[in-house]
Amino acid sequence: MERLSAERVPIVWRTATVRGIVDETTHARTLLLDAPGWPGHVAGQHVDVRLTADDGYQAERSYSIASAPEADMLALTVERIDDGEVSPYLTGELLVGDPLELRGPIGRPFTWRVIDGGPLLLVAGGSGLVPLMAMLRHRAAEASDVEAHLLVSSRGWGDVLYRDELARLAPAPGLDITYTLTRQRPEGWTGFARRVDTEMLVAVAPPIAAAPRIFVCGPTPFVEHVADALVALGYPPQTIHAERFGPTG
Amino acid sequence: MSPISRGFHGHRREVDPARVPPGQYVVDDFPVLSAGPTPRTPLDAWSFAIGGMADSGAAWSWEEFNALPQETFTVDIHCVTKWSKLGTTWTGVSVDTLLEHVDSAAEFVTAWSDGDYTTNLALEDITEGQAWVVHTFEGEPLAPEHGGPARLLVPHLYFWKSAKWVRGLTLTLDDEPGFWEAAGYHNHGDPFKEQRYWSD
Repeated sequence: MERLSAERVPIVWRTATVRGIVDETTHARTLLLDAPGWPGHVAGQHVDVRLTADDGYQAERSYSIASAPEADMLALTVERIDDGEVSPYLTGELLVGDPLELRGPIGRPFTWRVIDGGPLLLVAGGSGLVPLMAMLRHRAAEASDVEAHLLVSSRGWGDVLYRDELARLAPAPGLDITYTLTRQRPEGWTGFARRVDTEMLVAVAPPIAAAPRIFVCGPTPFVEHVADALVALGYPPQTIHAERFGPTG
Repeated sequence: MSPISRGFHGHRREVDPARVPPGQYVVDDFPVLSAGPTPRTPLDAWSFAIGGMADSGAAWSWEEFNALPQETFTVDIHCVTKWSKLGTTWTGVSVDTLLEHVDSAAEFVTAWSDGDYTTNLALEDITEGQAWVVHTFEGEPLAPEHGGPARLLVPHLYFWKSAKWVRGLTLTLDDEPGFWEAAGYHNHGDPFKEQRYWSD
């Protein structure tokens, strides 16, 4: 009943205040927000953000929540799309102390709670890591040892979001993090160096018999490719949760 | 009253407000949104069925479906994730044509799809030339990631109502929330009233 009532909090616009800004990579930034009245969220969910020009013109976009439900502040990580309308503002103009209108949380069934159990297979393409990071932060905040396998595909090492935090989380029991770098590798890189393929998924994923909960997030072609490969390997389609995005921001 | 976003000007593409609903922006590409893997049902295993609260149902194989009267039309589509795509051209069978084959007192339908997706619609929203089951987009077979081989198309409602990979309509006496409707999205989904979420 608690869960049902939590979902029935009206999804209304709230004015949050930017309390911190973290540069994650050269093209992605995390906004730390104080959102009065925020009803709480489940890892994996997103918010709608609305910008208003001084003449009343408005633009709305959706962004994944990066923070764990347990965190003090709501965190959104935004990747800059150069010709976008909203993301250049959020990653360039917005300053600490500015108001930011948002509403949410939105989104199911792309959610995970510790009580849902595991094992988890999380597959991220680029900034598709954001909602999956919320799941890993939630797992850490709850000191959970649910088996979790994260596969991150990025163009280069410098494009990997949350690298330092993931390095700190990595020794945790049950957590296994794998990177593949598709375009540029640091000298001496010994990890995967190609697009995610069947062989890589076999190396990273729990066996089908373990019935993993699977979350795949990234650009549309990435998610199509990964989800198709998982289905071909025999993972039941209903266990594969997908979130696709295109460069429309 | 929304706070002013200091220094925000926006791109302000010239749009016709009669065609682009509030909170939407126009795209030229065709984004893909769905909650799971893309199902791939072979055409020889495909059928379209109307069942539920009807005296007798109706069903068509792919071949029979394609032999029904076809319509080609151009409409604007609006996704709840904010993008709108204007002037899209589709070919398919009008829901009116499909419903001619059944006799029912139902007022609602649940559209169901491969991949376990469902969405609920009032019959008054999908009859009288307002909805189609389409298989062709811009003169080409509809791609699987966009709902091929066939999807429902209800352009006057948010695009999640236009169920991808649709395989049938179940007639119901009561309105029964579908997949997104049960997950917090609006039951009706009129983009011009910005009915995105249940509390809108």
